[in-house]
Amino acid sequence: MSVDPASKHASAAPASSEPDKWRVGSALVARRRFMDRLATVLSLCATSVALVALVSILLTLLVRGAAGLSLVTFTHSTASPGLNGGLANAIVGSLIQTAIAIAIGAPLGMLCGIFLANYGRGWVASTTRFVSDMLLSAPSILIGLFIYQIVVAPTGQFSGLAGGLALAILALPIVVRTTEDMLALVPTALVEAGIALGARKWRVIVFICLRAARTGVITGILLAVARVTGETAPLLFTSLGNQEWSVNPAHPMASLPVTIYQYAGSAYEDWVQLAWTGALLVTLGVLAINIIVRVGFDRKGA
Amino acid sequence: MDVTSGPAGSPTTHNARSEAGARRGLDGDAVFRVLVTGAGVTVLALLGAIILVMLFGGVQAFSTFGPAFLVSNVWNPVTHHYGALAPVFGTLVTSVIGLLIAVPLAFGAAFWLTQLAPARVSAIIGMAVQLLAAVPSIIFGMWGFFVVRPLMAHYVQPNLRHTIGHVPVLGALVQGAPFGTGLMTGGIILAVMVMPFVTAVMRDVFSSIPPVLKESAFGLGATRWEVMRQVILPWSRRAVVGAVVLGMGRAMGETMAVTFVIGNANRIGWSLFAPGNTIASLIALEFPESAAGSLKLSSLMALGAILMALSFLALCASRLMLGVSSRQARR
Repeated sequence: MSVDPASKHASAAPASSEPDKWRVGSALVARRRFMDRLATVLSLCATSVALVALVSILLTLLVRGAAGLSLVTFTHSTASPGLNGGLANAIVGSLIQTAIAIAIGAPLGMLCGIFLANYGRGWVASTTRFVSDMLLSAPSILIGLFIYQIVVAPTGQFSGLAGGLALAILALPIVVRTTEDMLALVPTALVEAGIALGARKWRVIVFICLRAARTGVITGILLAVARVTGETAPLLFTSLGNQEWSVNPAHPMASLPVTIYQYAGSAYEDWVQLAWTGALLVTLGVLAINIIVRVGFDRKGA
Repeated sequence: MDVTSGPAGSPTTHNARSEAGARRGLDGDAVFRVLVTGAGVTVLALLGAIILVMLFGGVQAFSTFGPAFLVSNVWNPVTHHYGALAPVFGTLVTSVIGLLIAVPLAFGAAFWLTQLAPARVSAIIGMAVQLLAAVPSIIFGMWGFFVVRPLMAHYVQPNLRHTIGHVPVLGALVQGAPFGTGLMTGGIILAVMVMPFVTAVMRDVFSSIPPVLKESAFGLGATRWEVMRQVILPWSRRAVVGAVVLGMGRAMGETMAVTFVIGNANRIGWSLFAPGNTIASLIALEFPESAAGSLKLSSLMALGAILMALSFLALCASRLMLGVSSRQARR
């Protein structure tokens, strides 16, 4: 009798005194128990499919990627096949573009989140909220096309800055959403205390509400970093990628995801190896941020 | 701590204290209001600009081909004939395959995580599922190309052709050389990618049901599956549909993962194992080879506009479905 606690309650008490009298339709009971077991097993299978996929991805990355991991990976730029290149330019390029994206996306996103939480009324706020969600789920390749049309095409130059801008658009809605949600959780009493002390509205918001919601907002920013670091599609037409060492945001800039994309399909073994190593680095970085956020910040805002 | 000294803090921050700063404090409020409203409007304008850029970029293609652009399945850079049908077809087919696989899995996983698993196990496994959602899409692409594609080419497709290849209707679905690339592989990769998203939404929905409803069902002697089937599911049906549509939006816009395994062929056919294309993968693959101002580029932009419209529709639909519950959550 291990069907489930509830049905046991319903039938077990009388059943213990007179087992058979109270058992109605044992075929029905068997069928119900079977359905419950079946659903349990199937749902367990479904869950394990996700786990198997995750483990398979991580194992593949570790097995193929770790082989190419060495000091050269971090000290040398990508080079022609056979020249023992590394990923230094791609790693630095990714860091720079992510930094640009966060430097633009995070403040703008926080301001917009504040607007939605504290100022937004009526249709403007609801439209903005909807638009922000729209941006959140907009295909990232279209963001790349957009930046190409308004930045790259007019200036005639692929650039790391354009890549950073494209990533900023992707980071923006994540920050907007978490900021708004976290501000909404700030206790009213805290706000009222600030107002009662005679503080101006903006000071209450910045120094009391934002401060109270700090953890959540930082979570949002970190999640945005994680999301943006792995993005490839928006960079294809904006920062393009660069074989050489380049830290000038006005020029084409390498990035890990784009390098992976270009090298994974190549015919040269050492390039494919570099792609796997890069993939391992990106994934470990992104997953590490996610784990830190979810464990460290107790799943707030996630 | 850039949060506290924040974006608005810099101009008037610390001096604007007490009575001397009262007037400037008032200014601070006005400035701050303008600042945050400006940020909100910027976000609005951003989406508007994206849509306009896509439409203007696509104007050349729309005006050259007219409505035929939407129903033509030609994509010929040599004769400068472009049509949107094949990539739209591929986008919809891969997304639907992905959802057909992902939704039952996501439902099962959400059921297990919210109703069956012990809380501690649920927290850990739930986090692992969420980590799967965080894996960058290009990694899924590589994994698909190097792990899933050989499996499809060596085992799945040959076996399927053997078993159902001669059945009249089903047989048409499995025809073609076993390359391992194609709509089916794309759909499977999408399923793995979308499943965690759908699981996450369903999990939230299932765990937000008032405990009284569940408890009364258990009190009547229902099994856990019966509670799921006859209490939780009816109560959250709209939200579940919303979650599915949200997943559809994700799947349609996915680029890199699909690009690796789709096979890049502009065709419409019955076979799920034939190479195909999606809007996003076509843009990713063809864009580098299109000159600025060319008709091809314009056609790609027009495809982008169509994709934008599709994902917009998906979001609107899911908003309508999820609407009530998510609005409550936000308040």
